[in-house]
Amino acid sequence: MFNRFLSLLGEKSLAFLMELGGILLMLFQSLVWTFIPPFRFRNLIKQMEFIGVKSLFIVILTGVFSGMVLALQSYHGFRKFGGETLMGGIVALSLAREMGPVMTALMVNARAGSAIAAELGTMRVTEQIDALQMMAISPIQYLIVPRIWAGVLVVPLLTAINILVGILGGYFVGVILLKINSGIFIHKMINMMELSDLIQGMVKSLVFGLILSLIGSYKGYHTRGGAEGVGRATTEAVVITSVSILIGTYVITSLFF
Amino acid sequence: MIRLVDLNKSFRHQQVLRGLNLTIPSGQTTVIIGRSGGGKSVLLKHIMGLMRPDSGEIWVDEEEINRLRERDLYRVRKRFGMLFQEGALFDSMTIGENVAFPLREHRKMTHPEIERVVAEKLALVGLAGVEEKMPSELSGGMRKRAALARAIALEPDILLFDEPTTGLDPIMTAAIDRLIIDTQKRFQLTCVVISHDIQSVFRIAHNIAMLYEGQIIEQGNPEDFRRSTNTIVQDFLLGRIPEQ
Repeated sequence: MFNRFLSLLGEKSLAFLMELGGILLMLFQSLVWTFIPPFRFRNLIKQMEFIGVKSLFIVILTGVFSGMVLALQSYHGFRKFGGETLMGGIVALSLAREMGPVMTALMVNARAGSAIAAELGTMRVTEQIDALQMMAISPIQYLIVPRIWAGVLVVPLLTAINILVGILGGYFVGVILLKINSGIFIHKMINMMELSDLIQGMVKSLVFGLILSLIGSYKGYHTRGGAEGVGRATTEAVVITSVSILIGTYVITSLFF
Repeated sequence: MIRLVDLNKSFRHQQVLRGLNLTIPSGQTTVIIGRSGGGKSVLLKHIMGLMRPDSGEIWVDEEEINRLRERDLYRVRKRFGMLFQEGALFDSMTIGENVAFPLREHRKMTHPEIERVVAEKLALVGLAGVEEKMPSELSGGMRKRAALARAIALEPDILLFDEPTTGLDPIMTAAIDRLIIDTQKRFQLTCVVISHDIQSVFRIAHNIAMLYEGQIIEQGNPEDFRRSTNTIVQDFLLGRIPEQ
């Protein structure tokens, strides 16, 4: 019984390390292939459009509502001791440091990370990736490099938009619905926010953009076993990325303090 | 000439190739037959350099490709064309873009030149005028033909086929066979075909090699093969269940 437990533990640990190694290897290969011509800007633009432009609506929607609910929650909390004027600062701080990067990454992961895994997975099981290799084209360079760079470049931009519309949502609830003085709202916001808060948020979004495009690509690229395999790869990509984002935000926050 | 020398390959605990030796002559069609799951596709992937053997050598003319670095391998692969089992057309591109793809990547050609070559290759496989169609709009047989047009776009000197007639009706099978024969003759290609469609094998092959339990157990021209005294070969050709 104990032996079986140990062997299972060993097996799982090995599998985990193999996977982690595979992901890091893919990152390394992508970095190398980034600087080898030909440079495929069209592929990059296409992926930026797919990950970025097409996620814009959902990112704005979640941004507005997270700003609004933050305002509402902090109002009811802070009113108990007359601190509701802090609302502007609280909303902006939470959005810039935490809610913006995390919510954006989770939404983009659900939309684009899963699609990356599904698309590459389908290409793998229908031998389209082998076909690329047979045509003497590196699939890493052609498929993975543009996706990873698109994720890294676009997720911070989406996060910035998410934070901005979140603040507008908070402003709407605080100033227009709950009648807090507009000057105080903005003053507190400017007063409490520092550049480092924004930097922290941007660093997070950069890392999350890398994680979601890298894991989506890795899972899709190494898909096995037909349609079922594609489904499994997609689910795994979304779950692993979501968990990594939530663990990552804690790690990065603790590094900043 | 392609030479495989003492190839061994295992996956986990299963040994798929066991000291396999095979010589594939240039300018002819060699068909590798064998039972499903017997390692034929694995063998083909070794020839393409998509898999590396655990031990052994793979020679394409004077070059030992299993020792090449990935980037040198890409240079050798430009001499290869490959028709995958389901065609493996890029489903995000039209048929025309699919056939144009290797040309855009590897040839310095102008747009009109590429269009001309694409039209020419599609006409060659009997698919003139389908440039604007998406792969999903074509039937299985048409997709395979379009994939063949893509495979010969760069005018390779070695063409590989992974079960080209699987899943096709007898008429379409005969049409694809004819296409393989014509293409081989026209460009004097070295063709390697994997198949277990016996009728089709005897139509297209100059040489036949039988893969059994990870080794080539018989090799020769179709006549030799028909007369083979090896019971495993005869069982396979006649579709008999081997006696225990």
